[in-house]
Amino acid sequence: MIRSITQQKPMAEIIGHCEGASKVFIVGCGTCTTLTRTGGQPEVVKMADRLREANKEVTGWMVLPVACDELTSEALEENRDAIAGADTLLIMTCAFGVQTIAMHIDKPVVPALDTLFIGKEKAPGLFGEICVQCGECVLADTGGICPVAGCHKGMVNGPCGGTNKGKCEIDSNKDCVWTLIYEKLEKLGRLDRMRAYQPPKNYHVEPRPGRIIIPFDARSEDDGTKL
Amino acid sequence: MAQSFKDILNSGKFVITSEIGPPKGSNIGTMLHHIDILKGRVDALNVTDHQSSVMRFPSIGGALAIVERGGEAILQMTCRDRNRLALQAELLFAHTRGVRNVLCLTGDAVVVGDHKTAKGVFDLDSSQLLRMIRLLESGKDMGGNDLDGGVAFCAGAIVTPEADPPGPQMIKFEKKIDAGAEFFQTQAIYDLDNFRRFMDHARKFKVKVLAGIVLLTSAPMAKFMNKNVPGIVVPQPLIDELAGAPKGEALRRGIEIAGRMIREIREKKLCDGAHIMAIGKEEVVPDILKAAGME
Repeated sequence: MIRSITQQKPMAEIIGHCEGASKVFIVGCGTCTTLTRTGGQPEVVKMADRLREANKEVTGWMVLPVACDELTSEALEENRDAIAGADTLLIMTCAFGVQTIAMHIDKPVVPALDTLFIGKEKAPGLFGEICVQCGECVLADTGGICPVAGCHKGMVNGPCGGTNKGKCEIDSNKDCVWTLIYEKLEKLGRLDRMRAYQPPKNYHVEPRPGRIIIPFDARSEDDGTKL
Repeated sequence: MAQSFKDILNSGKFVITSEIGPPKGSNIGTMLHHIDILKGRVDALNVTDHQSSVMRFPSIGGALAIVERGGEAILQMTCRDRNRLALQAELLFAHTRGVRNVLCLTGDAVVVGDHKTAKGVFDLDSSQLLRMIRLLESGKDMGGNDLDGGVAFCAGAIVTPEADPPGPQMIKFEKKIDAGAEFFQTQAIYDLDNFRRFMDHARKFKVKVLAGIVLLTSAPMAKFMNKNVPGIVVPQPLIDELAGAPKGEALRRGIEIAGRMIREIREKKLCDGAHIMAIGKEEVVPDILKAAGME
């Protein structure tokens, strides 16, 4: 499943962002940050202890089921009093959750986490980047393995000179995605795809900030489901 | 007028190029000195472009200094620090100032250098940069617009004969040739049997290949490269040879090894020339040429 991969900010930075706030309410997330152990219940409880050690009053805490979804405003309602009593909300979700909560609450929000990338758990405890939403999918030519997300330099025409024994020049624990792509295409008998020149990418398929309107009718026709 | 690098490449002569590393700072005295001692002894001089992602005086500045001092410059151009607008603009500028040769590289990762938090650009890769040069030569820019005044470059690229695994590297090599590379400088090679096998393949293509010769200065330096530099394999006998040099003589031994390799490559006609990278020891490049019997 697609996951937002996060890591906790240094405690000193978190406390710094909470300067001037003596009362704090903490919000975690039951989905991605629970999986990454950065914002599930154990981490939220531990954070509450650390805030108290820093002489903050914790007015309460909660772990939203899915911080980024539509039900977040209703879920926050359940803790209306504790939230109302806080000067600041400390959010232990990814940046999607932080922004969703900020839309519904007129209080300062402080992210406790940095959002690193969108990826998935490849093995227990090992998270990898899968897609960077480049807007110009090249997977048809690369054996279904993405070089834009998987190569440090996002190279689409084969490896750079830093590739070494199947690993990347920046970190020998990271695979060279072009070795993986080569091996996959070789197995498929499709190395001709790697020989084909890929022109420079269009970095503005959907110019940032992304915004797109998908008509309701078109959506229901295309996927064949009744909405 | 002196022969251009392109003419020399196509003349059948065994070509010698070398390399200048610009300074960290505005004191260009040493760089100019290296240009002066090398410009008349080699067929062309590369200038590195923030090599290993370490910020330095720019390659275009070094290339202009070479041209101003009557040498033949090869402008190293990486895609790490400039997007396609900046790369095209710099090529227009280089052309107006007499730079006629460009070595196209993707560039090292930012995080291996000394500005680790900088944004890596990589808008293009080396094969796309090569094609862009050919496009500029046709009178168009990458936006599809006509240029008022064109350019012409002898364009080269890099290949790593000892890449592991070799398959992906060889596809990239062919893509660079298709993209318009006229010459290749190789990553440092030390095993001439392996290099011969690479050349048996490379000879199938209409490109010139210059063997990369990195001066070995000591046994620890050779071991360091084996451990840390992708695609460089210094065989154990060469390490032993350096380790066996009398105290203070390792550099002398490294010069002999480099000279011996160039001599063998030339005499056996393994490839079209050699590119000498002395990395901080540019002063001894003439000694390497002498050891190779080329001076």
